[in-house]
Amino acid sequence: MAATLTAPAKSGAKGPVPQLVRQARRRNAALGMAAWILGILFVLPVVWMALTSFHSEPDAATNPPSLTAPLTLDGYREFFGAGGGNSPWPPLTNSMTASVMSTLFVLILAFPAAYALSIRPVKKWTDVLFFFLSTKMLPVVAGLLPIYLFAKETNMLDNIWLLVILYTSMNLPIAVWMMQSFLAEVPVAIIEAAQIDGAKLPTILLRVIAPIAGPGMAATALICFIFSWNEMLFAQVLTGVVAQTAPVFLTSMITSQGLFLAKVCAASLAISLPVLAAGFAAQDKLVQGLSLGAVK
Amino acid sequence: MSAPPAAPAPPAASTEASSPPVASKSPALKAWATRAPLMPALVFLIVVTQLPFVATLVTSMFDWNSLRPDDRHFTGLSNYSTVLSNAEVRESVVTTAILTAVVVLVSILIGLLLALLLDRTFKGRGIVRTMLIAPFLIVPVAAALLWKHVLYNPEYGLFNGLINAAAGVVGIDDPVQPEWVTDMPLIAVQTALIWQWTPFMMLILLAGLQSRPGELIEAAKLDGASNWQIFRFLTLPHLRRYLELGALLGSIYIVQNFDAVFTITKGGLGTANLPYTIYETFYNAHEYGEASATGVVVVIGSIAIATFALRVVSSLFSEEVSR
Repeated sequence: MAATLTAPAKSGAKGPVPQLVRQARRRNAALGMAAWILGILFVLPVVWMALTSFHSEPDAATNPPSLTAPLTLDGYREFFGAGGGNSPWPPLTNSMTASVMSTLFVLILAFPAAYALSIRPVKKWTDVLFFFLSTKMLPVVAGLLPIYLFAKETNMLDNIWLLVILYTSMNLPIAVWMMQSFLAEVPVAIIEAAQIDGAKLPTILLRVIAPIAGPGMAATALICFIFSWNEMLFAQVLTGVVAQTAPVFLTSMITSQGLFLAKVCAASLAISLPVLAAGFAAQDKLVQGLSLGAVK
Repeated sequence: MSAPPAAPAPPAASTEASSPPVASKSPALKAWATRAPLMPALVFLIVVTQLPFVATLVTSMFDWNSLRPDDRHFTGLSNYSTVLSNAEVRESVVTTAILTAVVVLVSILIGLLLALLLDRTFKGRGIVRTMLIAPFLIVPVAAALLWKHVLYNPEYGLFNGLINAAAGVVGIDDPVQPEWVTDMPLIAVQTALIWQWTPFMMLILLAGLQSRPGELIEAAKLDGASNWQIFRFLTLPHLRRYLELGALLGSIYIVQNFDAVFTITKGGLGTANLPYTIYETFYNAHEYGEASATGVVVVIGSIAIATFALRVVSSLFSEEVSR
């Protein structure tokens, strides 16, 4: 900021823009440009994936890359089963079932819990909150074997409902933390006023709390959905042919010989689409969910 | 962090304020009524997440190979000595540590740079932000496949393709075409993970930057502080806890990474981390006892990180509550 010292103080003077302002502008433009370049670098693999997914297999596998090759939907046709491979619909349906149902269960369990941790808190409610969080910090892989053996004994292997239960437990702590922070924002005075007016608990929940905490709860749901949709280790170990989820299906596509780049890109993009949609929809709340509610 | 897992002041809603006066209810009954909404979630979580760990602890003391199911017997701590003297397991401990540390540190550094660039107004800021978040919103397995086959592939991957194209422009006939995954397996996995996790760090740090007290920085500027001084003495101290939070949460997620290692290298070439090794031990080698013992070792290791992480979250949390 040497400019601060050298720039003449010509406030209000007409004529050429003062040097200080010009320098600041140039610096601003340069930094803005740097942000753009880095942004493009980061998104480039995704853009390249999208472009490749619309190329034919031979065009997708050229070196140097063929940027202007004709576009085709063959990759998507191939992915959706036109080439005689396995249809992606059962795994996509499985992923949808696991993600939507577990998110639903999470919300049903987390909402009352968050209520008991914020609006009418139990004693030592912070300890309870931190217990929820601590379960998230133990590595999943350490509990994998007993869960596998339990599933084998009870004939739950390759059953999508087992994943629903596991994903519910995986996301419950995050949801409790997020919802606790949203419900804590509901002013107590409003709830008291409603009570004085004779409102019962269901009315208060529906008419007073839901409108204030609603957007936050929607974001919670989206984040739980994303985590369930992405999960791979449990799905890899605990499912087979019937309950296979989309990520597992995606890795199983690679075993074949020959060219598969366009198909894999099409598949990757198609499978990421729900997450991309949910993620951009919840962009502002994403950071809160990922930091377990610690950052607002 | 010096702050203990504090007990911040509970929200102002006190029991008598929020419940209609019912004289006949005993205090014990009332306490249970308050506790009741909490119970389903708590019981569910204990059953599904804590019981398996107890089972793992028990299994870890048995000699148990699923291919010899009749030969299952108690062996005390011998699985632990097997595991701890196993070179493969020790290697994967080191691999896990390196992988996690490199990915977390590099993505925090790039994330900080990006957050600082985004914490200003310029044309298309929203678009740049959206572009930067995109890597995080690709399904992890899909991202790993993308890097392995579409970018790293030595024959037709984008990286070698770009090298080739650039060489063609300057007139080099036979440019280098590295075998990315074979030549630098760990770096290949790390790069893919850094690409996915940098947006996460950026989001947390950006939230930190935007919660800076604006008046203080204005005052410092008026007093003639340079940009570097403002960054060094105001921004960085303020960001400290956000940096810690990012590092710790990142560690928790990346220590557990399975998708990238499984997809890009299949755990080969010295990239097998602990989750992958455990998966291998019980999925392919069927050594249930040893897999469990490794699992317990991992749990003990993560408790150390977790305690620290909980402290950081707790200090941020108590500040939020008291605000």
